[in-house]
Amino acid sequence: MDAIQRELLLQVAGLHEIPEGAYNIRANGASVGRASSANIEIVTREDQKGLEVRVKAGTKHESVHIPVIMSQSGLDEVVYNDFYIGEGADVTIIAGCGIHNGGDLSTRHNGIHRFFLEKGAHVKYVEKHYGSGDGKGERVMNPVTEISLDEDSFMEMDTVQIKGVDSTNRKNTAHLKAGAKLVVMERLLTHGNQHAESYFDVQLDGEDSSANVVSRSVARDNSYQLFASNIVGNNRCTGHTECDAIIMEDAKIRAVPELSANHVDAALIHEAAIGKIAGEQIIKLMTLGLTEAEAEEQIISGFLK
Amino acid sequence: MLELRNISFQVPDEKAKNAKEIGILDNVSMTLEDNKFVVITGPNGGGKSTLAKIIAGIEKPTSGQILWDGQDITDMSITDRAKLGISYAFQQPVRFKGVTVFDLIRLAAGKEITVGSACEYLSKVGLCAKDYIRREVNGSLSGGEIKRIEIATIMARKTKVSVFDEPEAGIDLWSFQNLIQVFEEMHSQLHGSILIISHQERILNIADEIVLIADGKVTKQGTRDEILPQLLGTANAAVACGKAEAR
Repeated sequence: MDAIQRELLLQVAGLHEIPEGAYNIRANGASVGRASSANIEIVTREDQKGLEVRVKAGTKHESVHIPVIMSQSGLDEVVYNDFYIGEGADVTIIAGCGIHNGGDLSTRHNGIHRFFLEKGAHVKYVEKHYGSGDGKGERVMNPVTEISLDEDSFMEMDTVQIKGVDSTNRKNTAHLKAGAKLVVMERLLTHGNQHAESYFDVQLDGEDSSANVVSRSVARDNSYQLFASNIVGNNRCTGHTECDAIIMEDAKIRAVPELSANHVDAALIHEAAIGKIAGEQIIKLMTLGLTEAEAEEQIISGFLK
Repeated sequence: MLELRNISFQVPDEKAKNAKEIGILDNVSMTLEDNKFVVITGPNGGGKSTLAKIIAGIEKPTSGQILWDGQDITDMSITDRAKLGISYAFQQPVRFKGVTVFDLIRLAAGKEITVGSACEYLSKVGLCAKDYIRREVNGSLSGGEIKRIEIATIMARKTKVSVFDEPEAGIDLWSFQNLIQVFEEMHSQLHGSILIISHQERILNIADEIVLIADGKVTKQGTRDEILPQLLGTANAAVACGKAEAR
C-alpha cells in the first residue's frame, strides 16, 4: 500500500496497519490482504463477485474489518458481500470505503451487503465513507444494505459520511422477526455540489420487534440531501424514525419519514426537523470567546458526533 | 473598570403606524469598579436584561459609550469582548444537540482541561459531576440544571467581569444557599467584578452596591447599606422603583 492508500485506510477504518482478527482489505479492485480467525471465516464467493463472511455461533467480542480503498481514477466496481452471523454471536463489523480521486474520471464503488443474523445474535456494523483528491472525477458510492434479523437478534448500524463523497445513493432494507431489534444512526455532512440520498425500508414482521432509525445531517453550500424512511409495523411492535437536519447556505434538504401500520398494536412514531443553526447558539459560544466561524464549527461537530 | 456612559437603547415600535421608537434604556450611566459585587434590580420590563446584553455586546446601544479601563469598546464584537474579559450568563441558557456539558465547560475555559477540573465546577454549582459531565446540553436537562451548568461555564472562564442575568431563576430553594456561596467564592477568589441582575433579597444582601433600574432609567444607585433599607421598607416594588411618584 502507498501513502494515499494508508491515509484512506486510516480514515475509513481507523487502521494504521493490518488489523487484528479477521479482515479483508480491498484496494483498487483486488484483495490485498485477508485473514480468517478461528471463529470467523472470510472466503471469496463462488461467483467471485465478493466475500462471504461466516461467524460461528457463540463467537464473542471479535471484530471483522473489511475496508475498501480506491486510489485509481476511473474504477467502477460492484461488490457483493454476505455476512452470516451464527446464533448468539456478538461481533463488530467495520466496513467503509475511501476513494481518492486525483483524476478526471468518476470512481465508483457500489457495495451490496447482506446480513443474516441468527437467533440472539448481535452485530455492531460501522460504515464510514470518505473521499479525497482534487481531480475533476466524481467520487461515487452507492451502498445497499439488506438485513435479515431472526428472533431476538440485534443489529446496530452506524453510518458516517463526513467528507469528500460527491454522490451517494444508499438503499437499506430490513426484515425483523419476533423480538428482534434494529438501531440505525446515520450521520451525514454534504458540501459543495454533493448529492446524497438515503432510503430505509424497515419491516417489523415479528411480535415485539423494534426499530429506531435516526439521521442527523448537515447540508452546506449547494449540496442536496434526501432522507426517506419507511417503517412498516406488521405485528405488535414499536418503531421510531427521526431526521434532524441543519441547513446552511444554498443547500436543499428533503425529509420523507413514512409510517405504515398493518396491525392494531403497532406503535410507530416519526419526527423530522430541518432548520438553520439557531442564532442564540452562535451568540452563546461567541460569549465564550469563539468567533462566529469557530462557533458554527463547534455546533456542527457536536451535532454530528 | 467597566463604565457605561449615557447608554440609550431604542427599538422600532412595530405596532405604531408611523415609524416610532420605543425607549428601552434612557441615558443610563453607571460604573463597575474592579473587584466590586454589584446587583442591578428593579421591576420586570425595566431594561435590566437589555443592559446586560449591551455589556456583553449582544445588543448595540442606540447612543452612549461603553469603556473598559478607559478604552471605548462600544463597537467591539461579542467575541472580542469575551476575549477581553467579559463573561455573560444567559437568563435562559441555550440548548445544543450533541454538545456535551464537558464540551461547553472546555470551550468556556478556552484551553484543554481535564474532565476532573471540569467536574469541580459542576460540583460547585451543586450538580453531581459524574451524572452530568457527558450529558448533552439539550432539551433533556431541566431548567434548574441548565441554569447551573450556565453558571459553571462562567466560573470556568475566570474573567475580570462576570455578568449574570437572573441566575436564581429556576433554581430550587434548597440550592439557593449554595448559589450564594458560589458568588461569594467567585468574588473573593477571582479578584474580578460581578454584576448580577436579581430580584432576590439574599443576593442583594451580599452586594457591595445596588443599582435600581426602572422604566429604562437608573432611579437609585449606592452602597447596599444605603439602598437596601429603602427597597425593603416600601410597600411594593412599584413604590420602590419610583413608579408611584411618577403617577
